[in-house]
Amino acid sequence: MKAYRGWLLPLVALGAWWLASEYGWSRSGLWVSPQQVLATAIHEVASGHLWVALGASLARDLSGFAIGAGLGLALGCVLGLSALGNRLLGPSFNTFKQVSLFAWIPLISVWFGLGDVAKVVFLSLAALVPVVVNTADGLRNVPLPLLEVARVYGYSRWQSLTLVRLPAALPSIFTGLYLGLIYSWLATIGAEYLLVSGEGIGNTLIDGSEHFRMDLVLFGMLVIGTVGWLLNSLARLAERRLQRLYGTF
Amino acid sequence: MQANSLVLDHVSKHFTQPNNGAALQVLDDIALNIAPGEFISIVGASGCGKSTLLRLILGLESEFEGQILLGGRAIRGTGLERGIVFQDHRLFPWLNVRDNIAVGLKNSPLASAAKQQVVREHLALVGLERFAEAYPHQISGGMAQRVAIARGLVNRPSVLLLDEPFGALDALTRARLQNELQRIWAQENITMVLVTHDVEEAVFLGDRVVVMQPNPGRIKRIVDVGLPHPRQRSDARLVALRDDVLGDFLDA
Repeated sequence: MKAYRGWLLPLVALGAWWLASEYGWSRSGLWVSPQQVLATAIHEVASGHLWVALGASLARDLSGFAIGAGLGLALGCVLGLSALGNRLLGPSFNTFKQVSLFAWIPLISVWFGLGDVAKVVFLSLAALVPVVVNTADGLRNVPLPLLEVARVYGYSRWQSLTLVRLPAALPSIFTGLYLGLIYSWLATIGAEYLLVSGEGIGNTLIDGSEHFRMDLVLFGMLVIGTVGWLLNSLARLAERRLQRLYGTF
Repeated sequence: MQANSLVLDHVSKHFTQPNNGAALQVLDDIALNIAPGEFISIVGASGCGKSTLLRLILGLESEFEGQILLGGRAIRGTGLERGIVFQDHRLFPWLNVRDNIAVGLKNSPLASAAKQQVVREHLALVGLERFAEAYPHQISGGMAQRVAIARGLVNRPSVLLLDEPFGALDALTRARLQNELQRIWAQENITMVLVTHDVEEAVFLGDRVVVMQPNPGRIKRIVDVGLPHPRQRSDARLVALRDDVLGDFLDA
């Protein structure tokens, strides 16, 4: 029974919504019933609109994430492993990450327009920051006792790096990737909303709002939440596998 | 002088204090000749520099006065001929028991098949064949320390250094591992230097017990135990020696 407690609130809300629609408690034209949202959902799925929009969003999300995470890993390694790199790039990066992500939108739209390139740039920035921070932290905070073990057994610098520092930092690096994945999905919707052009699930939301179609808006929100939840579960699964290997983080 | 004797030749060590730059002496003129195959216990209160002394022999700290000679040659940095068991087992959490033992062999000249064979032998030596695939978080503290002992021994070092290896274990596990260490020492016939604050452990295992005192760390006296191994804990002569050494600390 306990496992189902979490469903209580949403079900009550759904019930109240249904009752409110059924008895016509609201006269607003913007009020839609659960049945209407369901009909819209079926229509969007059947007509293929959903798949086009979702496919465009996910492709953007994943390419932005891949670029941001790749650059983030590289920069994180430089900051975490090299004292010189940290002195040269650390202060700039720390300043850069203080600038709210959305403050980049005007610059990005001037430089890259409103199309896919601009959006992917924005998404990769969103993924970059947590990956850099966690990769650098993980590499910097490798326990000294373990590095001493490497010294005792005559490990070369390369052996210490690949056989001790990287594996010791892996949980932290993974946390960075996990956050990067979540952030870039949130940023995908933001980018589609603010850099309006082309297909995407964020554009579905905008269409709905511009045409006063709340059923479409609610459907879009539902899809966004579900995708976020799926990405989250996927990352959790990977994290649990890693945890089994490492014991506790 | 014998082939693999370990000689501490008037070793002193100063640390520079970070706040005022003043030198703090932690070891003062430690002189000790350790014969090959001897079991030396170094016992002292915390702060007497006994762990620092072990780090010097291990080669993790290279700034000190005097000389440390192994087989007549001054030690330089770490080396596979000196193994170590730390108080915290320091196993790599991402490797299983077998691979953790193999860490010691990473830079050994042995061929890969020989390495596997040596790891198997050492798994057997510490009685952990059944746990070869287990990860450090899946085994008890006592088992982890046995893995650390196996890792310290895989290179067949001429000296095994033990830095309070059983200090973090419960009394029953500690007693069992002390027996096991005694058996391994007899079987492998290598020099062991054990640092401990447990007087009973020092007397039970050591051929000689080096009693240290702090500020600065120096040797107070060296007690010759002179009893054959394997020993019984309840042996009246051991108990008398323990009380004798314990007296050194209770007086102070």
